[in-house]
Amino acid sequence: MFQNANLSNLLDGIPHAVVLVDKKLNVSRMNRRAEALTGRNNDDAFGIPADYILRTSLHPFPDFFNPVLQERQIVVHEGDVLDRNRKIIPVRFSISPIESNSDDLLGAMVILEDLSLAPYLQEKGAGSDAFDGIVSLNQKMQEVGEQIPVFAGTDASVLIEGETGTGKGFVAEKIHHASKRSGYPFIKVNCGALPEPLLESELFGHVRGAFPGAENNKPGMFRLADRGTILFTEIGDLPLTLQVKLLTVFDDGEFFSLGSTRKVAMKARIIAATGRDLKEMVREGQFREDLYYRLNVLRLRLPPLRERTEDIPLLIDNFVKLFSSGNLVPHFDKDARSVLLDYSFPGNVRELRNIVEHAITLSHGETMKREHLPEYLLQGIEAEKYASIWGSGKKADTHDAGGDANGRGTKWDDVEKEMIIEALRKSRGKRSDAAKMLGWARSTLYRKLKRHDI
Amino acid sequence: MKVLMAVSKDDIASRFDLTVEVVIIKADEGVVFPEPRELLLSEPSGDELCALAVNEAVDLVVCGGIDEVHYEYLMWKKITLIDGVVGPYREALKLLADGLLAPNTIVPAVAQ
Repeated sequence: MFQNANLSNLLDGIPHAVVLVDKKLNVSRMNRRAEALTGRNNDDAFGIPADYILRTSLHPFPDFFNPVLQERQIVVHEGDVLDRNRKIIPVRFSISPIESNSDDLLGAMVILEDLSLAPYLQEKGAGSDAFDGIVSLNQKMQEVGEQIPVFAGTDASVLIEGETGTGKGFVAEKIHHASKRSGYPFIKVNCGALPEPLLESELFGHVRGAFPGAENNKPGMFRLADRGTILFTEIGDLPLTLQVKLLTVFDDGEFFSLGSTRKVAMKARIIAATGRDLKEMVREGQFREDLYYRLNVLRLRLPPLRERTEDIPLLIDNFVKLFSSGNLVPHFDKDARSVLLDYSFPGNVRELRNIVEHAITLSHGETMKREHLPEYLLQGIEAEKYASIWGSGKKADTHDAGGDANGRGTKWDDVEKEMIIEALRKSRGKRSDAAKMLGWARSTLYRKLKRHDI
Repeated sequence: MKVLMAVSKDDIASRFDLTVEVVIIKADEGVVFPEPRELLLSEPSGDELCALAVNEAVDLVVCGGIDEVHYEYLMWKKITLIDGVVGPYREALKLLADGLLAPNTIVPAVAQ
């Protein structure tokens, strides 16, 4: 009945990464989710040992296939894989034999179930809703929480505005997981992190030979997102030429990979996030008005933490529980708590989260005191400088643009540079830790390191 | 240029954090010096491998895949990384000497 079925469509319909291997355990076919996971496309991976493509923790890899290939059993193992973004993802491997009509063994099918999604799915099963994870007494934030399931029910594009660390990515992910697209990938593209030529190739992909150095086909983020959701962070940093191309994708619902003459249908939903005032950028001619209106079909504005100070105690308790191991949940003493409550949190919720993690780590599970807080919080003058600038209500990226007429930018630059150096010193040079301490994304820290020539 | 390759038998190891075999070799443009040093670790450890790369003052690490933490550490130590390489390490070395080894290269000889 299904002899002539289209295998690609069949595999792409499975909401997990799937890899078909031959009897020598070389890759025969991967579905789109497997392509997204590994960053390799079918043509490149064909005939390559599956272990080299999947980069699993199953070691030695062939041993896990013996019961499948020799005794035709279905086996299940838990382990992890290294994905295309250098992240180690916990995975459940289900390996089953593939046989022909005449019972000859053809190879095996490996299904990789992403277990990092399990806690979320459990929550979902337990009857909680998209509001979960948003801790707030603030009316504006509660409205955001109420809008998430509504926005998840449509395919319209969403524009999320808010300062750095307010949780734009978190909210976008919530919308994705609450939507019917949750079984498909959620792909995040940082428009500010890549130079223009690379960004175009990252978004649309390229074919072999499209430009010097393009030695392999690359699927691109739009194709990897498949029927899922694609989040453009720092959309205000998208170069004007690429804004035109993105607009064309919106209008035509399809695109060309670089160097290809074959149209690819765009099925993903687009969410854009920004810390900049896009409307102002439109007025200044830095952002296309037509693209702005395409993105701004549904809009969410996340308030900074200084506008929802009533949430700070709640968030502190929430993060303390999150980072505590075991049954003993430590707490901040009165002094440390008052330092936290008086602080302006320019890095918003992300900064608060990192401060709590910092304090829990240093206190070794005991009561958290003033000395367990990051030093910059306690340096009153520095904190004041910091607060006076951030407290002005300007957006994070506005400061990135440089100094203003009052020389405030120069002052801020000095403070910022000092803070970065201090954080790097404390993290013993580990940039990811330094970024956490500062309450910034890693890409933000890299950008600022370059800017300050550190 | 001093190169550290995470290997598994004759191939580039697929995971830096899970490898126990290492080859350290000197290579310059057009030339791969003979007699690579082969080291065997007692157990797989990304941290130990990073320490080894720093202590040996290598300029370049080649592997099949590396997790973000160790990647950033090596970058911080100003060690260049070529990851995502698949194939026999000797062939990869030849590509390196010819200036053709880039991240995510599938060495032509790998397909079985």
